[in-house]
Amino acid sequence: MSSTKYILGLFDDPDEMMHGIDKLQKNSIPIYDVYTPMPIHGIEAKLGIKDSRLGYAAFMFGCLGGTTIFTMVYYFLVHDWPMNIGGKPHFAVPDFIPVTFEWSVLFASFGMAFTFFYSTHLFPGRAPRVMDLRATNDRFVIAIDAKGNTPHEDITSLLKEAGAVEIKHNDRKYVSYE
Amino acid sequence: MASHKESIIREPLITGKDITYAQITDDVLRPVENKPNKAWWIGFTFASLGALLWVFAVSWTFWFGIGSWGLNKTVGWAWDITGFVWWVGIGHAGTLISAVLLLFRQKWRNSINRSAEAMTIFAVICAATYVVSHMGRPWMALYCLPLPNQYGSLWVNFNSPLIWDVFAISTYFSVSLVFWYTGLLPDIATIRDRGTGLYRRIYSVLSFGWTGSVKTWQRFETVSLILAGVSTPLVLSVHTIVSMDFATSLEPGWHTTIFPPYFVAGAIFSGFAMVQTLLLVTRKVLGLENYITMFHIESMNKIILVTGSVVGVAYITEFFIAYYSGGEYEQYTFLNRFIGPYWWAACMMYGCNVLMTQVMWFKKVRTNIPMSWVLSIIVNIGMWFERFVIIVTSLHRDYIPSSWAMFYPTWIDVSVFIGSIGVFFTLFLLFIRVLPSIAMAEVKLLLKEQSEQAKLEQIKDGHLDPEQVEFYKNSLKKFDSVDVSVYENV
Repeated sequence: MSSTKYILGLFDDPDEMMHGIDKLQKNSIPIYDVYTPMPIHGIEAKLGIKDSRLGYAAFMFGCLGGTTIFTMVYYFLVHDWPMNIGGKPHFAVPDFIPVTFEWSVLFASFGMAFTFFYSTHLFPGRAPRVMDLRATNDRFVIAIDAKGNTPHEDITSLLKEAGAVEIKHNDRKYVSYE
Repeated sequence: MASHKESIIREPLITGKDITYAQITDDVLRPVENKPNKAWWIGFTFASLGALLWVFAVSWTFWFGIGSWGLNKTVGWAWDITGFVWWVGIGHAGTLISAVLLLFRQKWRNSINRSAEAMTIFAVICAATYVVSHMGRPWMALYCLPLPNQYGSLWVNFNSPLIWDVFAISTYFSVSLVFWYTGLLPDIATIRDRGTGLYRRIYSVLSFGWTGSVKTWQRFETVSLILAGVSTPLVLSVHTIVSMDFATSLEPGWHTTIFPPYFVAGAIFSGFAMVQTLLLVTRKVLGLENYITMFHIESMNKIILVTGSVVGVAYITEFFIAYYSGGEYEQYTFLNRFIGPYWWAACMMYGCNVLMTQVMWFKKVRTNIPMSWVLSIIVNIGMWFERFVIIVTSLHRDYIPSSWAMFYPTWIDVSVFIGSIGVFFTLFLLFIRVLPSIAMAEVKLLLKEQSEQAKLEQIKDGHLDPEQVEFYKNSLKKFDSVDVSVYENV
């Protein structure tokens, strides 16, 4: 039994990598993940990854922010300490709009960004789970879990045919741990 | 991605031969991974001396109070709020480039957005220091926040534009910071994966463990798009609210309904001028001519021309409305800009902002680097004087002639201003030293379609309208980073 855990196909061109994904899928080889130095459109569809729902999170956080500050201002200026400013109404809704807007944006941005960090497990000090160090530079990497039944040589030759410049048989999943 | 080819008549966004993904990484990270050059040290020395001056002048202000400034009972706002509005305005270009141009799918933003956003953050920091120091007792800044207190609680007045401003500026700063830092994550990961030892460990912490997997990128793009979507109205709201600090008062020269759009246009105008000032130097010193090309420079000049003209129209409108309103105080204020003791400030304002920028109608000027740089400085000066004229000239002679007074800055006023420029440049120089000044991941997206080499391949392949190819070749002549002789035989 070989000690290979993951097979990596390294491409130097995004189009060839897409071609590689097609080839592997045609041969029913499951793809573990794909690592790229830049966002490549169309991979999500090929790998069957669902649309991100962060937009809904942003909307909900925005609503929360707007409601929070509007309630606060209502409490301050109407309920708790109404000030008589030239006999004008205490519940001066147009005056509440700027801060309501600002906090909607603030909560939407921070809420969404932190949801993104939380769901993607990004936080300062997180050990980077990198399979190949050049995947953040100039290599487009397709990672295949080697535990499947397909012979490793077949995967290698498929990747080579698709135009991979290098194929790695890694014994460790991540190379980034010291 | 893929086989889609861009029309040949569009100018390239990356120039140079044999540019690869690795080459982009190397070029952008050169200043980060190597010792800084002499130009950086000279700049940093001057900038940090300026920052020291700022520390000194602000400490002096805190120790002796704002009596050390040239303010008096008539002119209660002068250099402080001028500087504040000037810096906030400068910040606007960063968000405009990163958010508005993203929504409009302007791909040339990719190579300038990072440094422009950094500039936004540093400019807003400078602006915030003015607001805090003009309070005289900086710890009083706490009372801008609606916190429970021993007076009742006595809450802040949410009917006041000054409180809206506190919320607008702080939201703007924090949202810009999130936008900027999220965009930096993939590029910090690139530095991490190329480095070793402690250096790597530091960038590892900063990279949040970014890997570049499919799902991460997908979420990243969603976050970028939505942040751009919410930042666009945010940036408009910020300077609108800044303008309301003035427009909701009853001061002649301030009390005008044109202020919000006029301030926003002015902010974009001055912001782009500052981006131009910084990037023309940065591209030269860091050798980034292939990524920040003549196309970028000309595009920014066009935006400066348009927004400068919008500002010009706003000036004319102000004068017309002052005349048409029939209000004698209003009419006097605008006449006083030219016949009063501050006539020279008004001349700087109208001359630098409107007259000088009109030369940008000429392509020769727009594509001339030294002239663009000088013009960008002129715009920066002009926009500072715009705020000075609006604030000081309006205040110094309003309703009661017995309270008319002049404003003379003290050396502390001047030092705080020069010092804030020092703070800004210190932060910017540190930024280009430790973080990638160009968004590498985004520039890499342009390589296969929008680069000069991809377009050259397209020409070599044939099947193009010769007239369009000729047009394209002619458009390349203005680029200082393109070797036109290559195109003679293709």
